Parts: sequence; C-alpha cells; structure tokens
Amino acid sequence: MKNFMMLFHSEPNPEFNPTPEQIEEEVKAWQDWMGGIGAQGKLKNPGEALGFEGKTMHADGSITDGPYAEVKEIVGGFIIVSADSIEEAIQLSNGCPALSSGGKVEVRDIMVFDGM
Amino acid sequence: MDDKQLSEIFKSEYSNLIAVLCNYYGLTDLQLAEDIVSDTFLRAMKAWSHKGIPEFPKAWLRKVAQNLLNEHYRRKKIYEEKITPELGARNQQINVIEITDKIIEDSQLQMIFVLCDPELNRESQLCIALRILCGFSIEEIARALLSNKETINKKIYRAKKAIKERNRIETSLTSSQYVSRLDNVLRVIYLMFNEGYYSSVNEENIRHEICWEAMRLSLFLSEQKIFPKQKIYALIALMCFHASRLDARTSGEKGDLLYHEQDKSKWNKDLIQKGRKYLNLSAAGNVVTKYHLEAAIAYWHTEEETKGKWNNILQLYNKLLTIEYSPIIAMNRTYALAHANSIDEAIQEAHKLELRDNHHYFCLLAELYHMNNNIDKEIEYLNKAIEFANKENEKELINDKLEKASR
Repeated sequence: MKNFMMLFHSEPNPEFNPTPEQIEEEVKAWQDWMGGIGAQGKLKNPGEALGFEGKTMHADGSITDGPYAEVKEIVGGFIIVSADSIEEAIQLSNGCPALSSGGKVEVRDIMVFDGM
Repeated sequence: MDDKQLSEIFKSEYSNLIAVLCNYYGLTDLQLAEDIVSDTFLRAMKAWSHKGIPEFPKAWLRKVAQNLLNEHYRRKKIYEEKITPELGARNQQINVIEITDKIIEDSQLQMIFVLCDPELNRESQLCIALRILCGFSIEEIARALLSNKETINKKIYRAKKAIKERNRIETSLTSSQYVSRLDNVLRVIYLMFNEGYYSSVNEENIRHEICWEAMRLSLFLSEQKIFPKQKIYALIALMCFHASRLDARTSGEKGDLLYHEQDKSKWNKDLIQKGRKYLNLSAAGNVVTKYHLEAAIAYWHTEEETKGKWNNILQLYNKLLTIEYSPIIAMNRTYALAHANSIDEAIQEAHKLELRDNHHYFCLLAELYHMNNNIDKEIEYLNKAIEFANKENEKELINDKLEKASR
C-alpha cells in the first residue's frame, strides 16, 4: 500500500450564500464520502479543509493577496488515502462532493525518502 | 460456611493482597505474592470451616498474609545469614505495619500500572489483568477466553516473567509515567470489557463479572487525582450504556441477541442514567477520543427511533473511522448507512469493504438484502456466511436465518 494525497479543486462562487441547511447537507456529504473511504481502511489521514483567506509570497519578495495565482480555481482541502496504485486511488474519489459541485479531484503520490 | 460468600471474599481480596504484598513490601516476585495469597486462602478455609467466617474476614486475611510474608522474610534472612553472613547484616529491615485501606488503594493503583505493561501482547495483558487485578481463577479465564488451562498458565507465566524483568529497572513509577501509561491501562480495561460483553461463550456469570470488574477498575481510576478525567469518564459512559443491555443481550436461547432483537424493557435504566451522567462529564474540555465517540454511539442506541438518530450514529462512525479503522466499525457504519441514507447506498458501500473471509461481513450483506426484500441474494450470502463461521452456535444462528428466508 502506498500513500496518496487527494487535493480538491473548486472555483469559489462569491455570490453563493448557503442556508444553514445547505451547509449541514454539504458537511454530511463530505463526511459520508470520507467515512466510505475510512470503512475500506484506506483513509490514512482525514486532512484539512481550507478557508478562503490566503496570501502568496513570490520569488522577488513581493506578497500578494489570495491563493489565486493565474487561475480562479483554489485548493479547498486535502486528505491522504492509501491504495495499491494511483489507479485505485483515483477511483476512491468517486462520489466526492467536490465533483458534484463542478470541482476536480487531483491525486498525487507521496514521495518516500529512504533513511530520512 | 457459605461457599458463595467465601468465593466472593476471596475474589475481591485476591488483587488487594497481591498489590499490597508487591508494592508495599517491595516484592518484585509476583509468583511469590501469589503463593502467599493462595496459602492465606488455604488457611482461611481450614480455620473458617470450623469456626465459621469471622466478623471481619478481610482484616483476618490481611493479617495472615502479612504474617506469612514476614515468615518468608525471616526464613530467607536466616538462610542468608548462614550462607552469606556478610550480606545478612545489610538485609533490609521489614517493619510490621497495619495494612490500611489507604495502603491498599495506593498499591492497587501501582499494580494496575505495572501490570498493564505496553510491552505485553493483547492476550497476555488480558490474562494477567483478569488473574491478578480481578482474581479470576485460571479455569475461569480459560472458559471466558475459549482456551484451556495449560495455554492460560503459560501466558501468565511468561507475562509475569517479563514484568519481573522490567521492574528491576522501573521500581516505582513517577506521576508523569502514570499519566503517560494511562492510555494503555484504559485500552486493557476496554479489552477486558469487550471480552466479557462480546464473548461467545455461554458462561453468563463469568461474562457479567468481567464487565463489572472492568467498570470497577475504571471507576477506581476516575477517583485518582493525578489523571485527566475526560477519557476515563468517556470509557465509563461507554461501559454503562453497553452494560445496561447486558441482561437483554444474553437472554437468548441460542447465543446473544442483537440490538434489534432485544427486549427493550430489559434494559437497565439506572445504568443508562449513569452513562448519561458520565458522558456529560466526559464532554468537559475539548478532548475527543474513540471512547467519546463510541460512548455517544451507545447513547444514541438507547434512544427511541427518530429521524435524526441514525444519521447521528452514522456521523459518529464516520468520525471514528478517521481515528481508527477496524472491520467491526466499518460494518457497523455500513449498517447505520442503510438506516440513515438508503439501503441501496449501504449495499453499494458494503461491497466495497471486501472483507472476504469474515462471516459477519456476509451476514451484513445478507441482512441488507433482506431489508431490500431480495431473498435470493439474502440466501446466497447466508450460505457464504456459513462457510466462514467456525463456531457451532454461530452456524446455528445463520441456519435459523436461512430457514426463515427459505420459507
């Protein structure tokens, strides 16, 4: 089994003001989906959800607001899963709530350094 | 002489006496302590069979144990003085002191922490805790753990040896060591309780006693000032909720009754009340352990069926799976999913679990298909479950279900 990081990309919509029920629904959808990965024994780390505040440091020392570089898309959170292959890992993203709201899920292998 | 009363006294005093002998007198030899305690009980049986049980039997036992230990040291001293006179002079002085309740309590505490040694494996830890902390006989332990006397004896022997070697280095624990070992102690108590609660043996009395002993130990820990309390309270709450269903659970003729098969009027309301009290106490502060989550799940199971109930249970299982994975948690979560979301979703998720050689898993699939009125699939999975069930009473239970489904 290897570990993979799953990154959730989405385009935030500043117009969208969810009701408490909608927030509750969204939270449940995420927890149910992650619970499903956990039930397979493949949730290595539940990761974190990221907020909208951000700053970026550039090579020339300048600091800009926001996590947005050139794209409007931001990383909304991550988890770490374990799977035999990257093909299996990407299949785990089936049913991810990020997908149902038009976002994307990116899976990356985590490098292992021997002796470090 | 009342045999039942006698065995109760012996059982409850067993661990007290050993703890005092070991800790108060600095005895690192568990075997010697056990021998002295056995000798004490033997003398008590002889003396009491003529005169009846004395007014203060526990004090009587403590006095005799103390005398036997002193006698042992005297003999040892004489031996050492004769063989090695130069060492004899330096021999440690044994003061004869009354064994008080306070001394017993301190000794018990130290004993729990020495015995719940993180280096021991699960089974050895269970055996030694049941034997020394709870005073169960080797035979009772063998029956409770579905094993035989020889195996249990071997496990206990090896565990004692390991503990003795380690205690040469750790003669006494500091308060920070107590706190850092607490997690392991709680784990052993949790294992003990589960062993009593889920065991498939029909020895109802032993099973109940193991559960009560686990609760007694954790209540004892919760009274000690040095520990952070939330975790301990959560564990107590969890055990109270489970124990409240113990009578209802073990009242089936063929094996234990599952939650939905139990007669709810047999649930112990007093224990449910206590469970709630401790669950509330455990919520002070912001520590969330698996005991908190499991206690909260057990709490919801005591509640009436409401719309939110199963979703709460599902979310607690989801959370639990982020802390720890086990096939049982995964299966329970899937069952909760069927009630909270939909049976179809649960079936889909159940197939992803792939617990290929676990008969509980195939029973779960059969149950989900049963809920979905898919009798063919139910029978198919019950047949698979029978293949992997290895205990007779489990096979019988599955056969009963097969019969019902085929009608």
